[in-house]
Amino acid sequence: MPLLDALLTGLTLGGMYALVALGLNLQYGVARIMNLSYGELLIAAAVLAYALFGQLGVSPLLTMLAVVPLAALLGWGIYAFALTPLVRRAPDRDALEADSLLGTFGLLFVVQGVMLVLVGGSYLSYSFLSVPVGVLGTTVAANRLLALAMAVVLGLAVWLLLMRTRVGTAIRAVAVDPVSAQLVAIDVRQLAAAAFALGTVLAGVAGVLVSMFLTFSATMGVLFTMKALIVVIMGGIGNMAGAVVAALMLGLVEALVGTFIDPGLTLAANYALFLAVLLFRPAGLFGKVAR
Amino acid sequence: MSPRQAFAALAVAGAFVLLALAPGLGNDYTTSLLINLMLYGVLATAWGLFCGTTRYISLATVAFFGVGSYTVAVLGERLAWPLVLLAAAAIGALLALLVGLVTLRLSGTYFVIFTFGMTELLRQVVNWYESKVAGSVGRYVFVDAASPGFIYGQLLVLLALVLALGWWLGRSRLGFALRLIGEDEQAARHCGVDTTRSKLLAFTLSSVFMVLAGAIVAPRWTYIDPAIAFNAIVSFQVVIMALLGGTARFWGPVLGVVPLVLLFELLVKYFPNHFPIVLGVVFLLIVYALPRGVVGWVMERGRRRGASS
Repeated sequence: MPLLDALLTGLTLGGMYALVALGLNLQYGVARIMNLSYGELLIAAAVLAYALFGQLGVSPLLTMLAVVPLAALLGWGIYAFALTPLVRRAPDRDALEADSLLGTFGLLFVVQGVMLVLVGGSYLSYSFLSVPVGVLGTTVAANRLLALAMAVVLGLAVWLLLMRTRVGTAIRAVAVDPVSAQLVAIDVRQLAAAAFALGTVLAGVAGVLVSMFLTFSATMGVLFTMKALIVVIMGGIGNMAGAVVAALMLGLVEALVGTFIDPGLTLAANYALFLAVLLFRPAGLFGKVAR
Repeated sequence: MSPRQAFAALAVAGAFVLLALAPGLGNDYTTSLLINLMLYGVLATAWGLFCGTTRYISLATVAFFGVGSYTVAVLGERLAWPLVLLAAAAIGALLALLVGLVTLRLSGTYFVIFTFGMTELLRQVVNWYESKVAGSVGRYVFVDAASPGFIYGQLLVLLALVLALGWWLGRSRLGFALRLIGEDEQAARHCGVDTTRSKLLAFTLSSVFMVLAGAIVAPRWTYIDPAIAFNAIVSFQVVIMALLGGTARFWGPVLGVVPLVLLFELLVKYFPNHFPIVLGVVFLLIVYALPRGVVGWVMERGRRRGASS
């Protein structure tokens, strides 16, 4: 039945988008810096997993573990050395916004360029855990299920971190109001750096997971950034539960358009949905605050 | 007119006469380089007209540029050349009004992402239309207006027009309103500026120049497809050219065009694989070292000297 198939495809896709968007949600929600190189960092992790698996036969799961400290360091470094000067220099939020957008554009091209030099512009993929598993009468590849499970686990972990720990409470306080947060002895800059690092870790992990079942190329990062942005803005900035719903919706729209209208229009549908959200619900589907 | 202004006007007129004669002095290669310079000169100046004054960063440059090119590809053989240009300008103005109307309530970051998303959406839709409805992706452009000299001449006129518009904006109510919006939109509204009208007008004017630039250079390619006409890199290039020059003055973006067009020309020729890296590094250098461009840097120095003496 094509409808059921489309729904299942949509849900697995949606799970992946939720995973991809987790990190960006943290970065934009807390550090308030729109990191446009997010997708590039994700693809960088995917390329790393591809290269290690292809050259040395290292399991992507091991790569994923190795990516965690690397990405944390990288994310922290980017915030501390590249973005802090901008934060310090900016006279107001609009100026910081413009500066950080332009700065992360620069980063985007540098990371993408380095990857193009290293692996070229062709499509890459490898086969890992691609054994079929039967679910509800249809078959799904095991690596996709793993990615979905990881999305759920990581999503829950981040949610618990935000809702149940002291650090999480502080992070949420910064997300709500960075200025007032300082009044209750929260080191905003340190916390923003931590959130940025954690967001980069999530991007890296998502990249490795995505590389297991998706054909990707060095120039595809922008696509992931856009999808993550759709999910984050649609779900409401900093709202993890909203992001999951938005991600599932995005996956479903994509699968339904691909099945019933035209596969060539899925990307267009993506962008159309995104523009519509920006126009009509800039505060997110569940947001109350008008921007 | 003060002597200084007269001198400036004379210098500009002289520069344009020289530029008009330039293709005759060189060969085909220099002409094509000059066309590139003119093209980016028009695009960056037009970008600065709206984005430089209001500080809304638009990545839709290539969307309008591509619409212009496609208008030529579709109508080029059916209408006389001036009518094609007119049609392109009309379509561009309509699109700009539409985009302007819907994006007016977006804040800074969202506007940037929206314009980027819009370009991609246009490219995808054109791509889909061409492959599914028209039958083949890509079109041949056969029009009479294809000689490099003619293209160069038209672009030169367009550059003169867009610079003249910039000069006029600098001393008009509209330009003042736009700069006020750039400083503080809320305050501008309180001062009685009709921000919506001003932004819409400036965005449309600047977009019409981008569309015309796209239409004029389209015959140079003889073959276009959505990937060529809607190449997102062009939008980014225009942004950094304008930023390098500085958008505080209407003639600032042109200052950034000359070095960067030459740099990109060399890159494409000798290091095509390293193009994105260098593009990124230039971006970062400008954001960190020259945030207000050459113009801003010179003005800052002048102010400092004035304060110390």
